[in-house]
Parts: sequence; structure tokens; C-alpha cells
Amino acid sequence: MTMFFQVAIDGLLMGMVYALVASGLSLIWGVMDVINFAHGEFLMVAMYVSYWLGFLMKVDPIISWVASGAFCFILGAITYRLIIRQCLGGPALSALLATFGLSMILKNICLNRFSPNYRILTGTLLDGKKILLGDLIFPLPQLVTGLSALAIVFIIFYIIKRTRLGWAIQATAMDKEAAELMGIKTDWIFAFVFGLGGACVGIAGGLMPSYLAVHPEVGGLFSLIAFIAVAMGGFGSIPGALLAAIFIGLIEAFGGFYVAPVFKYVVVFGLYIAVVMFRPKGLFGW
Amino acid sequence: MNITKFKKKDVYWYLFIIVLIIIPLVPFVVNNSFLQHVLILILLFASMSQSWNIIGGYAGQVSFGHSVFFGIGAYGAGMAVVKYGIVPWPGILIGAFTASIVAVIIGYPCFKLKGHYFAIATFAIVEIFNRLFMVWYWVEGALGLDYPLVEVGWKNFIWYNTKIPYYYGVLILFIVIFGIVRWIEKNRFGYYLAAVREDQEAAESIGINSTMVKLAAMAISAFLAALCGAFFVQYNFRVDPPMVMSLSMSMTFVLITILGGAGTILGPLMGALILIPLQEYSRALWGGFGGGMDLIIFGIIIVVVVVRQPRGIMGIISELKNHFQKIKKSDFNLKKTEGGE
Repeated sequence: MTMFFQVAIDGLLMGMVYALVASGLSLIWGVMDVINFAHGEFLMVAMYVSYWLGFLMKVDPIISWVASGAFCFILGAITYRLIIRQCLGGPALSALLATFGLSMILKNICLNRFSPNYRILTGTLLDGKKILLGDLIFPLPQLVTGLSALAIVFIIFYIIKRTRLGWAIQATAMDKEAAELMGIKTDWIFAFVFGLGGACVGIAGGLMPSYLAVHPEVGGLFSLIAFIAVAMGGFGSIPGALLAAIFIGLIEAFGGFYVAPVFKYVVVFGLYIAVVMFRPKGLFGW
Repeated sequence: MNITKFKKKDVYWYLFIIVLIIIPLVPFVVNNSFLQHVLILILLFASMSQSWNIIGGYAGQVSFGHSVFFGIGAYGAGMAVVKYGIVPWPGILIGAFTASIVAVIIGYPCFKLKGHYFAIATFAIVEIFNRLFMVWYWVEGALGLDYPLVEVGWKNFIWYNTKIPYYYGVLILFIVIFGIVRWIEKNRFGYYLAAVREDQEAAESIGINSTMVKLAAMAISAFLAALCGAFFVQYNFRVDPPMVMSLSMSMTFVLITILGGAGTILGPLMGALILIPLQEYSRALWGGFGGGMDLIIFGIIIVVVVVRQPRGIMGIISELKNHFQKIKKSDFNLKKTEGGE
């Protein structure tokens, strides 16, 4: 029974990180109906920012997530200005293909500059520490990352639902032309939303290098999981993405433990296919 | 006088016949084996993308799952040669039919989904197949299948010291696939596909069974993609899951077609003519600069083309055509007004 709860804890902690990555994607998808294929690569870039800050300047990931979040916010806003804005009026998939090109560029710049080696930060503040609760182990780096991820998802949800800026974002998502007539600068809103989506993965990536190795291919799996979490949760629904991501984290952990480690993603993706067969627009979609 | 005037259509026909005569002669002129390799890849990727074009371009269902069918075809040929030590042909056929059946099985649930949901479901399917093939002992898992040395010739479809027969092999494949797509385009079935692409509800209201149409298109498309996969493995002498069943392979199908112009018969060829030489030459020229240089440039070009001209190269061509026609027309109008004075 201890084992069961331990696996559940691991799944939950992973699921919270997936939730932060997925909510960034969900925000972008919900507001502009664009899939950012470079989402995982934003995560990879953020992890590199955090890693190099830690390695060269001895800044702990507990602090440097601010820097990587800000970096990815700017990266997202620039991506919007240079690439996405031109794709918005065009065919449905042009933004997806353009961001695929961007993901290739980012991945290979990192490969070219930093080599494909796996890098991990050692000797950080939280490194190797854990909380013991009876027989259950809570690894502290994962716990801090997971809880911060959850907190940031709630902050973003609050921004969207309760602030003037959030209302402007909602209005833009519902009807761009009408929002423009109301005096909302939709172009700025889009840039901000894309930046915010980038900042979500930026923060997630900034916290992770203390327990997850950085390498140029690290983003691929995260972006796939985020796509699936968002599609499972439903179009542009942040609570949906949150629940789906935690669900995916649990399924992954249980599948890896009770079925076989090699099959854990097969279980996750298979379950996704099963869910969308019955709910074609996701669990919380309409 | 019985001299018929040259019509525009005739010019196109003569051009077509000239091209048909020239293409098989190319290997005799091109002795450089790298150039032959590039030509083979252009034709192979044009055929692959054309098979994707049936479902992605004509039927408008942007599937990112075609590397699964490509991989099944590749494994069909590979298993016949490596595991059973026979000629690849029965394996190719079995692989192609298996790919069709798999396409129908995974197409049936996925066609309920629309837009981005469909795209993401097909991503998931590629990952499932990739991971299953990685651990499937019968197909040697992640080790992949390595070809043994066998007798060269058309019987085994293997040559070691020349690429020219491969060129003819892929040319036949290319012509067959283009012929099938051309036939579909002008057939009743092609109009069904276009109707489903433009408006599924309207198509259903006039009695088209949209699910059946899409499934049939998917099955044909998967069959042809599997044939291309079989050629790929015969040319490479090796197959493993990440090589054929990966998202990047799927993206190659999609990118070539979209860059060339989806839903047009010449689009995949145009896309392959531009992208493949670019990829191969940038790899040859800049591949040495610490790795990844070629892919950075490739990525930049993809972004620029998609942002600047979403309809692809065929879009650029039709724009140019309009431009020249406008010039001609304005020229003509000018003369008329001059004559009037």
C-alpha cells in the first residue's frame, strides 16, 4: 500500500509540472486558436537559461526561475511579432508549421552551441533533500517545483478571470473584431498572451534543472504531453488542462510501475485516444 | 489551309512528353553518385508526399500519422528479407495491405475529430507505434533490421555499387502514384473528397457518406505510403523505429506538400524539388560546423516560406501567372484605346 501511495505522489508531482506546461499551451490555443509547436523547445531554452545561471554564476534554480520565465516571456512575445502575427489570417495549420520550423531552429542552435550532452545541476539548495512522512518520501526539488507550478497555474487562472487584463483577453478570445471596437488593442493582447504562455513553460523549465537533465531533445516529450493534456482537457480551458495534466501524470506513474516502464507513454497516449473517442472535444470542451 | 493553330493546351502536352522522354535518360548524363542520390530522394519524397496529399490535400484531413504507414511498409519489406530470407516482394505487398488495414482501424475513431484535435490524435498514434515497435521482439525492437548481403538484381531489388536501377525503380513508383492521384483528382471520388474538404455537413446533406470517403482516401494513401516505405528500406539496407516512425518523418510528408502547395497535383513535386536538394546540400556543406547548422538553415527557410506564402510554391506560381496575365491584358487594353483614337 505504501508503494501505491508513493507512486501516486510521484505521478502527482510530475502532473503538476505538466499542468504548468500545458496551461501555457492552453492559453495560447484558447485565445488565438494556434498550436505552438515550439512549446517544448521554449521549455528546453528555459532549462538551459537556468542551468547556465546555476553553473556559471551559482544562482540557485529557486531564484533563477524568475530569469528564465522573463526570458521565455520575451521569446514568446518576439515569436508572436515575427512569426505568428503573419500566420493568423492564413490557413489553419500555417502557424503550426511555422512554429515547427522555429522548434527546429531553437533545438539545433542549442545542439550547435551546447553539444548534445546531458547536463544536470548538482549542489543546489534543494539537491537530494527529502521530506519523510511515515514511509512516504517527498523529494524536495520535485515537491517545490510541483507546488510552484500549481501556484502559478492558479495565479494565471486568477489573472484571466478576475483582472481587467484578463477580461480583455477573454473578450479578444471570444470575438476579435468586437474587442477591437471596444478599444482593446488585440495585437498587444495576443503578444502578451503568447508571452504569458512562454513564461509558463519558462518558469517550469527554470525550476527543473535541479532534478532533470538538460539536453537539446528534452522538450519533445513535454510538448507532446502538453498537446495531449490540452486536447484532453478541452479547447482553451485551463482547469481542464490542469486536471488532464495531473491525470496524465498519475497514469504515467501507475502505468510505468504496474504495467512496464517502456509502456508508460503507450498507456498515456492510448488512454487519450480512448477519451477523445467518447468526448471528441475533450473532457471539459464544448 | 489545314494548319491548326498551336493552342496553349498542346504546348503543355508537348512539354509533358519531352519531360517524360528526358527523365529516364538523366542517370546517363549525371555520373556523380551524390547527384543521383539527390535525384532519387527527390522522386521518393515527392511520391511520399503525393500519397499524403490524397488525405491531407484533397480530403483536407491533415494527418501527422503517415510515418506509421511508411514504417509498416518499410518493416514489411525488411522482415521478408532479414527475418525470412526471401525476396522482398511478398513482404512489400503484405506491408502495404497491413498499412491500409491499420489506416482504416485508426482512421475510424480519429475522423470523428476535427482540426487541431485530429492533428494531436495522429501525433499520439505515431508515438504509440514508435514505442511499441521499439520493444517488439519480433521486429528486433530498437536494434532495427540490418540487411544481409544478398544477390543483386531486380529479384531482390538490391544493388550495392550503382544507384541507377534505384532511380528507375523510384521513377516507376513516382509515375504510378502520380497517375493514381491524377485519376482520383478527375474522378467522381476526387469530387467527393473536395466536397468533404470544403464543407463536410453540406457534403453529407447531398448524400455523400463522408466517413466512408475519408476512410477510403486514408486506405489508398496508406497503401501508397507503405510502398514508398518499402522502397526506402530497400535503398537504405536498414530500418529502425526512430528512422521511419517518428514525428519528424511525418512532418517531412506534411512540410513538403504544404510548401509545394497542398491539394495540387504538382505541389508535392515542387516541394520536394526545393526542400530535398536544400536539405542534402546544406547537410553536405554545413553539416561539419559543429552539428545542427544545416537544420538551423532548414528551419529558417521553413519559417520564411510558411509566413510569406502559406499556399506554397504553387501559390507563388499562380500569383506570377495572374501578374503576367494582368500585364498582358493591360497591354492589350492600351493598344485598343490607341487604335480607337
